[in-house]
Amino acid sequence: MSALTVTGLCKAFGGLQVTSNVNLNVEPGERRLIIGPNGAGKTTLFNLITGEITPDSGSVHLFGHDITKTPSRRRPHLGMARTYQIITLFSLDTILRNVTLALLGLSPLRWNPLIDLDQQHDLVEHAHAALVRVGLDHIAARPLAQTSYGERRRVEIAMALAQNPKVLLLDEPFAGLSIDERRDVQKCLLAIPRDVTIVMIEHNMDVALEFAEHITLLHFGEVIVEGNRAEVVDNPRTREVYLGH
Amino acid sequence: MSFLTPQRAAIAAALLLLVTLPIWVGNPYYINVASQILFFAVFALGLNVIVGYGGLVSLGHAGLAAIAGYTAALMLAAGHGHFISDFAAILVTLAASAVFAVLSLRGTGIGFLMITLAIGQIIWGILYRWSSLTNGDNGVNVSGRPAPFGISLASADSFYYATLLVFLAAVATMAVFFRSPFGASLRGTRDQARRMTALGYNVWLIRFLAILISGFWSGVAGLLFIYYNQFISPQVATLTASAEVLLMVISGGTATLLGPIAGAAIVVIMKNVVSAYIVRWNLVLGVIFVLIITFMPEGLVPGSVRLWRTAWRKLSRRDGVIPAKTEPTP
Repeated sequence: MSALTVTGLCKAFGGLQVTSNVNLNVEPGERRLIIGPNGAGKTTLFNLITGEITPDSGSVHLFGHDITKTPSRRRPHLGMARTYQIITLFSLDTILRNVTLALLGLSPLRWNPLIDLDQQHDLVEHAHAALVRVGLDHIAARPLAQTSYGERRRVEIAMALAQNPKVLLLDEPFAGLSIDERRDVQKCLLAIPRDVTIVMIEHNMDVALEFAEHITLLHFGEVIVEGNRAEVVDNPRTREVYLGH
Repeated sequence: MSFLTPQRAAIAAALLLLVTLPIWVGNPYYINVASQILFFAVFALGLNVIVGYGGLVSLGHAGLAAIAGYTAALMLAAGHGHFISDFAAILVTLAASAVFAVLSLRGTGIGFLMITLAIGQIIWGILYRWSSLTNGDNGVNVSGRPAPFGISLASADSFYYATLLVFLAAVATMAVFFRSPFGASLRGTRDQARRMTALGYNVWLIRFLAILISGFWSGVAGLLFIYYNQFISPQVATLTASAEVLLMVISGGTATLLGPIAGAAIVVIMKNVVSAYIVRWNLVLGVIFVLIITFMPEGLVPGSVRLWRTAWRKLSRRDGVIPAKTEPTP
C-alpha cells in the first residue's frame, strides 16, 4: 500500500490552471523530491495534499484512506505533517513552547482550560526530545525572536517531527540557509528514520539530490518527468525546463 | 526557593489593600467607585480573552452584558427570585454569545470588528425599540439587591465585598486559563491561525469557545451592573459602552492579567472622580489615552514594566551593579 497517492489532482485559480491532472505515488519510507521552476505549482500541490486548498477534481489517499474531503485540521491526526516555505512559527514564544504547541495539537489536552501547560511534564519531555533530534535542545528556553534563520528552520522541522508523522511534507527546508546551516538541516533530515515517508520540495539541487531517491518534475502544474534520480537528471526535458544546459 | 517571592508579596499586599479598602476609604461614594472599578474590570478581563489572547477585536460586547442585565431585570420584574433570574440571565447570555460567535466568526480582523459592531447595534436597537418588552428608553428598574446566605448587599460595603469576591474569582479563573493548554491554543490562533490548523487545531472552535468564555464574564459584569445601579436602560448596549470597555483593555495592556484591571480603574476614576473637578474630563481621558499609545503602545501595564526595567538597567549600569551586557545578543 502506498503511503501517499495523488490521483488526477486539478486546481485552477480563475483562468490559471495551477495543477493539471497531477498523479503521484509515494511508497512508504520513500524520499521523494518535487522540483520545478518557480510557479510550477509545487507549493500549491502541497497545499492540496494537506487540504489547505480544496482541489477542483482528483483525490488524495493516505495509506489507502481517501482524505480528499478530510478537513485540513484532521490530517495531522492521521499522520501527515508539513513545514512551510516561508517560516511560520510563533514568534512571541520560546523554541520549547513552539514545539509544545505542535505536540498539543494532537493531544486532547488542548481543550483543557484548567491545568498549567508548563506542568504537563509528558508534553514538555516529548518537546525536548524533538529538539534533541534537530540539535536545538540546549537553547530550548530561548525566545524565538532571538534565534537565527537556520535555527528557525530546524524548529519548523522539530515541530513536524514532534507530531510523529507517517508522511512528512517539507517545503524548501534549505531555502535561504548558509552553508553551515544547510549542513545542520541536512543532518537532521538524514537522521529521520525510514518509517517516516518524506516528500520534499527543494531548489537547492546539491543537497536535494543527495537526499532524494525518486524525483518528480512539475512544469506549469503538470508532471512532465518522473523517475529515480539518474533517470530524471539525465532526462533532456529536465535539462530544458529546470536544470539548464 | 523562598515561600515569600516578590510576586507573592505583591499579590498579598494587593489583596490586603482590596479587603481593607472600605475601612481606609470610609466614604461610601468612593467605595461605590471601587465597586464600579471591580465590575468593569471583570467585564474588561472577559473582553481581554478574545481581544488580547484571541486577537479578535469586538465592538459589540456591551450588547452581551446588556442581554444578561435585561434578562435578569425582566425576570425580577416578573416576580422571579434572584438566583433563578441570574442563572437564566447567564444561560441566555451564553446562548446569545453562541449566536454572536457564529455570526462574527465569518470574518477576522476588520471583518470581525464590523460584524460585532453591527450585532451590538442590533441589540441596542431591539432594546430601544421593543418597548412592550424592554420599556424602551425608560429602562427597567430592579427592586433591591440579592441577599446571599441572608447577607444583605444593600450597603456600599457589603456590595463592594460581593463584587470583590466575583472579581477575585474572575482574576483567578483568568490566571489559570491563560496558563492552560486551551489558553496557549487560543494565543496560537491569534499569532498563526494557518499554522495552528496545520498542527491539528480546530481554529474556529477554539475561537467560538473563547467568545463563550468572554460572553460569560460580560454577562456576570452585566448582572453586577444592574445590581449596582438597580436599573438598566439601552444606554448599556450603546457603541460607546462597547468602545469604553475596549479602551480599558487596550490602554491597560492586552493579553495581560493586570492590564484590563488598570484600564478599568483609569476610565472609572476619570468618569466618577475627576469629572467632579474637571468639566472637560473627556478631554483629559483622551490625552491620557494618547500619551499611553504614544509612550507605551503595548499598554500601561506592560509599558510600565518595560520602562521600569530600562530605568533599572541604566541605574544598575551606572552604579556598576551589572555589566553592560548580561548575555551575548544572538
